[in-house]
Amino acid sequence: MRTIQIEDFDDWRAKARKLIGNQVPPSEVQLFDRDGQQSLFGDPSDLDEASGATFRVSREFVSLAQAVGYHRDFNRWNLLYRTLWRIKTDQPHLLEIETDPDVHRLIQMEKQVRRDAHKMKAFVRFRKVERDEKEYFIAWHQPDHRIVRRVAPFFSRRFKGMNWAILTPDESVTWDQSELHFGPGVTRSDAPGFDELEDLWRTYYANIFNPARVKVKMMKSEMPVRYWKNLPEADIIADLLTDAPKRVEEMIQQHEGFEQTAINFIKPTEGESFTLATLKEMAIECTACDLCRDATQTVFGTGPVEAKIVLLGEQPGDQEDIAGVPFVGPAGKVLNEAIDNAGLDRDKLYLTNVVKHFKHIETNTEGIPNGKRRLHQKPNAREVRCCRPWFDAEWSCLEDAEFLVCLGETAARAILGPGNKISEVRGRLLSTDYCAKTIVTWHPAAILRSPRESHRQEKMRELIKDLALAGV
Amino acid sequence: MTQLPIIQRKLSILADAAKYDASCASSGSKSTRKDSSIGSTEGTGICHSYTPDGRCISLLKILLTNYCIYDCQYCVNRVTSDTPRARFSADEVVNLTMEFYKRNYIEGLFLSSGIIQNSDYTMEQLTLVAKKLRTEHRFGGYIHLKTIPGAAEELITEAGLWADRLSVNIELPTEMDLKQLAPEKKKTQIVGAMSGIKDKIDEIKSDRKSGMRPPKFAPAGQSTQMIVGATETPDNEILKTASELYTGQRLRRVYYSAYSPIPHADSLLPGKSPPLVREHRLYQADWLLRFYGFDVNEIVVREDKNLDLEIDPKLAWALQQRGYFPVDVNTASREQLLRVPGIGARNVKRILSIRRHQRLRTDDLKKLRVAWKRAKSFVITEDHNPALSDLDRSDLKQLIAPKEKQLTFFDTFDAALKGEL
Repeated sequence: MRTIQIEDFDDWRAKARKLIGNQVPPSEVQLFDRDGQQSLFGDPSDLDEASGATFRVSREFVSLAQAVGYHRDFNRWNLLYRTLWRIKTDQPHLLEIETDPDVHRLIQMEKQVRRDAHKMKAFVRFRKVERDEKEYFIAWHQPDHRIVRRVAPFFSRRFKGMNWAILTPDESVTWDQSELHFGPGVTRSDAPGFDELEDLWRTYYANIFNPARVKVKMMKSEMPVRYWKNLPEADIIADLLTDAPKRVEEMIQQHEGFEQTAINFIKPTEGESFTLATLKEMAIECTACDLCRDATQTVFGTGPVEAKIVLLGEQPGDQEDIAGVPFVGPAGKVLNEAIDNAGLDRDKLYLTNVVKHFKHIETNTEGIPNGKRRLHQKPNAREVRCCRPWFDAEWSCLEDAEFLVCLGETAARAILGPGNKISEVRGRLLSTDYCAKTIVTWHPAAILRSPRESHRQEKMRELIKDLALAGV
Repeated sequence: MTQLPIIQRKLSILADAAKYDASCASSGSKSTRKDSSIGSTEGTGICHSYTPDGRCISLLKILLTNYCIYDCQYCVNRVTSDTPRARFSADEVVNLTMEFYKRNYIEGLFLSSGIIQNSDYTMEQLTLVAKKLRTEHRFGGYIHLKTIPGAAEELITEAGLWADRLSVNIELPTEMDLKQLAPEKKKTQIVGAMSGIKDKIDEIKSDRKSGMRPPKFAPAGQSTQMIVGATETPDNEILKTASELYTGQRLRRVYYSAYSPIPHADSLLPGKSPPLVREHRLYQADWLLRFYGFDVNEIVVREDKNLDLEIDPKLAWALQQRGYFPVDVNTASREQLLRVPGIGARNVKRILSIRRHQRLRTDDLKKLRVAWKRAKSFVITEDHNPALSDLDRSDLKQLIAPKEKQLTFFDTFDAALKGEL
């Protein structure tokens, strides 16, 4: 029985080559790590040097053996040699038989080394240290196997432009932006104990966690607990899990917005399709959002069902709210003037709003002593979403409609989608999901609100021009 | 990082807002960009940490801002939500990415955003971050940018120049679902954005083939996400959409995300626990589509058009198609072996390799860690396999299916991700 010490994979390869060349069967040789107990035993110096150099093995075997060389199993060199022997003597395809006990064990070891190497790439945590105005990034890591030399080149490629060191109990490695230097193993106390950024990292970790899907087993299988002591984020896992059920309960309980939309109030009668008249009737009862509380009544659309042109505004104003008819107040007068000038007939148009109740606040305002003034408020996105099924229903009744004119931004966004600006889409024929000929123009109220006479005149001209486009 | 408390507040809001995007992959870019100083991409992604929800942290996944003009009801960032809002500057995201990366916390950045002003402006802001990382910091790590549907083509082209991966979320499986929950989004626009990216990828590929050296364009391809369980749409519709995207748009991945209760939920969506088992089954079915030669029309076998929650879809198919079995592991074709429950694609490869030299016995299959409980009634081995006599039993499903209780604490999401069915 020979006893031979092995330093690393290259050493094993050289010695195995000689042993095979001299036809030493695995049963007559014992291979040990250099730092193993039998380290005093000798070299294969009596073997014939020349006879070793002539054979080849597959690349798969070399890559397997290389990986296994980093494993901590003290018997690995023997197992590798026995497998090599079997391949060389009578089983050239041995590696393809993964159910063979030797191959099976080698593949297991290779997997363990690979996984360990992968986890090292994942779980090394550098801490920044500044010395002499230079930055150094230093990590303490405890791998399962002796893989530092296997993994170090990866870190040198990834952190090429950084000075870094990885310290482990077996071995340490540093990178000076040009070369890797390997040194002896060290203890944890040699590594820095703090990095300011870790708080920020834990903030990220805590907030990217979704408490509604707790899968602790999954986490532990991919991030085994033995690594946790060197992971700054692991400190808060227990707290996150403790709080999770409460947070989910709160999320499920808490709701925002309205529980219904207009859809809940559009109730079909059996055998009959909707008409504008039945819809108007149903809309009287609508309480989907809160706007109905302070408004006098629902202001539904008005006009003939065979209308070719449909005008869509934002919401009824003060006078519309009292009259129950759209566009009868000051803005309505401006609109009437524009309609006339555009050569259209108001009685042939269908007029309506995206939101059917008047949204306002009541204030005592200077200039109106002792009086309550109802000040128009722009409807918010929730109210628009809640109310728009009414317009969708109206639109489906208006089968002859060829033009849809959106007056103002609220109407334009309801039809064209969010983000559209009047200044960018005004005055052009656009094709939308509602209508192949959709036009966006000023709301008459915007003309009234314009501070300067010249602006008012210009906007009025544009409104007339845009309406006339629909009249063509 | 002197303004730590401000950054910390923004990070907590904008990470919280990003977590409903399931995508985490950092793989696919095979070589590191030239002239990089910090950062590398070598093909396989690395998961640097795991949160207690079992999901990995590979990328710094954040939104540039959670302000949004859209009103998608399943989304915590919709314009009508009361959620606290924040916005990062481009430099803040760049610094955060570099500092996290240098400490080896992450593989790179996954940047998405609420839509502010309009699609073009938002896309420009996202691209600016990626450009700064690449040019000012010579960052070679992974960058995944969310593409904003409706953004101009030249903006997408520039985004693809700096990013490894681009993605557009399909969000919901059908046009009807979108209409219901995200009326402002259109499937045609979303798919149009994907197909724009695909065309660009194809163009670069063909340039490269004809000997030119075009600039990089999204070398890791594109992916998307579908939310599951926010509407009534059944699994076969979901898988059909996925299948269309794989073949039509050549997506690398479709992510399925169980609709999860969100803070500030809209009252129109009922609060409930996310359908995690269903999500898991969809991932399994997705693997059958991509790696096991299954057609989308044969995967869902139940009458209600949903996957069986109790058993995996391959087993469900096998139980319906008993006539296909038993399959002899020593003589069957690769395609036949792939259809055996409990035998994964990798084991099929191993079996084919082993049987060139020796015949396989039941013990060999167990050694390969075939899921024997699921496989045993469907395979013929060299030796006697007593379980084969169960193949025609009407209660075979009950014999194999895991007990109810185990299913509730289902934890084998990873098995689906690794594709071993």
